[in-house]
Order: sequence, then structure tokens, then C-alpha cells
Amino acid sequence: MAGAAPQPSPLIELRQVTRTYGRGSAEVRALDGVDLAIAAGEFVAIMGPSGSGKSTAMNILGCLDTPSRGAYLFKGVEVGSLTRDQRALLRRHFIGFVFQGFNLLARTSALENVELPLIYRGAPLGERRALALEALAKVGLQGRELHQPSELSGGQQQRVAIARAIVTRPDVVLADEPTGNLDTARSREIMELLAELNRRDGITIVMVTHEQEMAAYAGRIVRFLDGRIESDGPEKEAAQ
Amino acid sequence: MIWETLRLALQAILRNALRSFLTVLGVVIGVGAVIAMVTIGNGTTAKVESEISALGTNLLFLRPGQGFGPTRSDAPDFTSRDVAAIQEQIGGLLAVAPVVSAAATAIYGNENWNTTVTGTTNAFLVARDWTLTEGRSFLEGELRSGKAVCLIGQTVRQELFGRADPLGARIRLKNVSCEVIGLLEAKGQSSFGQDQDDTVIMPIRAVQRRLIGDTDIPSIYLSAQDGVDTAKVKRDVTLLMRERRHISAREDDDFQVRDMAEIVQTMTATTTVLTGLLGAVAAVSLLVGGIGIMNIMLVSVTERTREIGIRLAIGAQERQVLLQFLVEAVVLSLFGGLIGIALGLGLAGLASGLLGVPFVLEPGIVALAFAFSAAVGVGFGFFPARRAARLDPIEALRHE
Ligand SMILES: Nc1ncnc2c1ncn2[C@@H]1O[C@H](COP(=O)(O)OP(=O)(O)OP(=O)(O)O)[C@@H](O)[C@H]1O
Ligand SMILES: [Mg+2]
Repeated sequence: MAGAAPQPSPLIELRQVTRTYGRGSAEVRALDGVDLAIAAGEFVAIMGPSGSGKSTAMNILGCLDTPSRGAYLFKGVEVGSLTRDQRALLRRHFIGFVFQGFNLLARTSALENVELPLIYRGAPLGERRALALEALAKVGLQGRELHQPSELSGGQQQRVAIARAIVTRPDVVLADEPTGNLDTARSREIMELLAELNRRDGITIVMVTHEQEMAAYAGRIVRFLDGRIESDGPEKEAAQ
Repeated sequence: MIWETLRLALQAILRNALRSFLTVLGVVIGVGAVIAMVTIGNGTTAKVESEISALGTNLLFLRPGQGFGPTRSDAPDFTSRDVAAIQEQIGGLLAVAPVVSAAATAIYGNENWNTTVTGTTNAFLVARDWTLTEGRSFLEGELRSGKAVCLIGQTVRQELFGRADPLGARIRLKNVSCEVIGLLEAKGQSSFGQDQDDTVIMPIRAVQRRLIGDTDIPSIYLSAQDGVDTAKVKRDVTLLMRERRHISAREDDDFQVRDMAEIVQTMTATTTVLTGLLGAVAAVSLLVGGIGIMNIMLVSVTERTREIGIRLAIGAQERQVLLQFLVEAVVLSLFGGLIGIALGLGLAGLASGLLGVPFVLEPGIVALAFAFSAAVGVGFGFFPARRAARLDPIEALRHE
């Protein structure tokens, strides 16, 4: 990139990020000098064996955790220097999460689950309702708004979770093994949905997956090994 | 946001309705006890006050010695000259009544009855605002000569005469034969628990000479005219008596002038002590209730760790989570407080019916109990709420 015209700063940038757990001889380097830049609008899949640091990286990208060393710039802001509450505000306004285990509030309707992030934004009830209904429609759950998670299938629950992640119109959706608990058919549907959100709404998506087939929906695959990036490239190259 | 928080709190509480109720039982009992005791206490006080003021708020008592109650002191009694001096020298008085009393058995025919004989003057009836339903009061001559005539109370009439007419009859008190000349109106029980109608009133000289055998006067009733400052009367009487009893400036009074207000205070002091004691018991049970709430909130935080993780992940700030759990604790203990208030008032209502005291609702204590239960919620909810707010979202999301 040397000599190139000044690039717009990437949405997400990890610079020599190291994350260690424990101290002394018990120290574990979950991440070890990771450099990674993701531009707005990308759809990135993160792959790698178990324990390679994928979730650790996602937690840092999601501002839930901070690097032990190195810097994480989100929209050019150094996240490591922010307070807990400031990071909460970053999450509230720019980041949506989708988890492997769905993580919906039990005994709470789909609609209310999707409204939840808007409550913390202080949106008035009418606006909340409208946005939540819109998000649920987008993930194809019209007619299921008043169902509770226990009354929905896994695939439907994950759709609710995706609706909750996108209802605030975030810049980026972080999904850690979003299809980990779903069968192949359901997984494909979820991937189609994420790909469409990326394509149509321009939402940046970073997703961890173990399955090559799901990773193929992304435009770029980053492979982790032992806390380092082993390979990083367009889907076709990485797939070999 | 605050409505959302309240709604959330209510949801969480109602989701475990039985557990919530058991949790707040301590607060219910604490608040209920305070409300019931204070309300009953106030009712009792109101009853005592109304009875004592029915005696006449303008009433003052002059007694030798400094103690209160029936204990006798070494201080000398008063004399008829003291009574005369008060009558002559103290302004604004309606009545000055010397009073001596003696226990005696009243006998009429085959009936006998143990009663109290009061020796006094007609001024006593004025001071006590006591009227006769039949007959007449003492004549000047009867008083001067100490004639054996008497006025009897309703209880004495009932015991000795039944339905018969007592006027003109002669009853025997010790060895004195005494003509009944008047019948006192019924006064009922005093706040000290005595039957005020169980009495015989005779001219003071008759009691002194024939029943007791000396001319001492152990107490004097004074009644101030309406609109006269009883405090001033009290000061004047005190000065006069100090002079008459030759008390030097350094010495304390060897007598006392008490007005109704003071007696009411003395009476209500007992209630106050009792209320204070029960307040302490209530405070302990509120403490226990608070710990119960803290315990259940800690359980709740653990149970809902994942929920807290979700909330934190989607952008809830620490104070928002803190507020959520704090509001839940406060709503919980306010529930307890409200149930306690209802329970306390119910008990007080029941007790006031049984004890025959008025039901005096004091809004202040209800408000205080309400505020107190809120404070218990805040105090004991804070620690669990802070624990929830400080959870690490990553750990919390991973929680099973
Ligand atoms: N809270 C923690 N305390 C200690 N070590 C941790 C902690 N979290 C992760 N690790 C360690 O960091 C390393 C990376 O873990 P991470 O969860 O990022 O792996 P992963 O790539 O997501 O694995 P998987 O595919 O199984 O989810 C592992 O060796 C793990 O044991
Ligand atoms: Mg993982």
C-alpha cells in the first residue's frame, strides 16, 4: 500500500493486538500480534480451529473486551482508552450482535426482544414498535411478532436475534458461529439473510464459522491459528 | 426509560409472585407492627387525653411533695389557712377546693360497700364540673359545722340502694351516720381506670373530724376561669405557697402545682416508651426483611446473569442495569410496605374495636412507613444491583 492515495480509514482496525489470559507461567495468548483491517461494507468470515482465538477477537471487535497490548480502532477511535460505559455507547449505536446460542430474553415476545436495544437508545414506544416490526419483517418473521422464544424454532430464534442486531441500523453486525446450533438447511437460510443484509443494506458483517460452506457466503475469509492470522483473502483464494 | 424500568421490575416480581411475597414478609411484619402499634398507641393516647380534658383543662392540682402518684412525702400538708390565702390572693380562679379523702365502708341496711369518701366543699363540684341529678349540694352552715351529710355517686347508690330513692336516707360510714342529700351524675371510668362514680362526698370538716381526726389538707383543686392563663395561675400559686411554707430562695419547692397538660404528658409517656420499644422490634424485623430482599436479589442477579449479559452487550450502561435492579428491589419492598400498612391498619382497626379506643389514623406514620420500606429497598438492593451492573458481559453471556 506504500505510496497509494490516502485511503479512508477502515471501519475496524486491529494493530498488533495481543490478548492474554492469566499471568506468569499460566499465561495464555489467545491473540498474538494480530493485524486486521475491515472496511465498511465487507462481509468477512473468520475461521480456524477451536481455541485459535476467534471468539477472543470477536469480543474485542465488539468492544466487549479490550486488547492487552496493541490498539483497536473502531471508526478511528482507540477503543482501549475508552471507559466501560463509553464502550457500551459504541455498542449501542454502531454494533449488532448475533450469538451461537441466540441469547434472546426468555418469556419475552419476539417483538419485545427486538425492541430491547431501542429502549436503551431512549426511543419512544411508537417508534420502537415500528422499527422492531420492520426489522422482524426484514428477517421474514411477519406474524410471529408475539411469539416467545420457546414457541419458535431455532432458525426462527436466530432470525429474531438478527432482527434485534439490525434494528438499530448498526454499522457492523458481529456473529460468532450464528449457525452453530442449526441444521444445514436452516444455516443456509440464515446465511442468505446475512448476505442480503450485507448486499442490500450495506451492513458490514463479521462472522465466525467452522463450516466452509457457510464461509463461502462471505467475500473474504480470515483464518486464525494459535492466536495469529494464518491467511486472509477473498473467498475463492482462501477456499483453494 | 423509567416506565420501562418499572414495568420490567413488576414483570420480574410477578413472574415469581409467591417467592416475591415470601421475600417481603419481613418488611410486611415490620411495617405492619409499627403501623398497628402506633395507631393503637395514638388511639389510647387520644382516649386518655379526651378523658382527662373532660375533667376540665382549667384544672390545677396542688399537692405536697414532688412525686407524682399516690406516694406520700414528708412535706407537710396544707391547712385551711392556705386555702383561704389562695382564695384571697390569687386572681382568675373559679373555684378552690380543699380535698381530703379516706377509704371507708358505706353501710345501708344489710348492704355494705367499700368506697372512697372525699371531704371537700361545693367548689369541688365546680372545679370538676360535676352536677347533681337529684337533691342539693352542701349548705354554708353544713360546711362550717362539718355536718354529717353526703352526696353519693351512681355506683354507691346502685350498690346500697338498688332502685330505691337514696335521698334523705342515712348511710353509715365507719361510726358516722350520714344523711344522703344529693346524687351525683354518672361520670364513668377515669383514664386512670378508677370508677369515678364509686364515691361519697362530704363536707371537709366532717371527714377531717369524724373520719380522719386531723385538720390537714393533702390536696387542693384549683380551677381557673375561662381565658385565664393557667401557667400564670401556677406561677402565682407557687410563689404564694413558697412564701407561706417559708421556703428560702435556695431550696426547692416541697409541693407541686400540676395542670392537666402535665398529667396528660405523664400518662402518655408510658405509651411513648411502649411505642419506642415496639419501634425497636419493628426496626429489627425491617432489618431482617431487608436482608431477605438482598438475598433474593442476589439470587435473582445470578439467575438472570445471561439476561444481564445480553443487556450489557446491546449497549446498556452500568447505571441502567444498576437502576433496573435497584428499582426492582424498591418496588419489591414497597409492595411489602403497602401490604404491611394495610395489615397494620387492619389490626389496629380490630384492636380499637376490642379495646374500645378510637381509631386514630396518622398519615405521617403511614408516609414514614412507606418511605422506610423504600429506603430498605434502596439500602439492601444496592449491593445486588451493583453486582449485576459490574458483571463482565462476556462472562455473563457465557453463563449457563
Ligand atoms: N476467559 C478466559 N480465561 C482464560 N482463557 C481463556 C478465556 N477465554 C478464552 N481463553 C483461551 O483463549 C484461547 C482462545 O479462545 P477462544 O474462545 O477465542 O477460541 P475460539 O477460537 O473461539 O474457539 P472455539 O472455536 O472453540 O469457539 C483458548 O485457548 C481459550 O482457552
Ligand atoms: Mg469461540
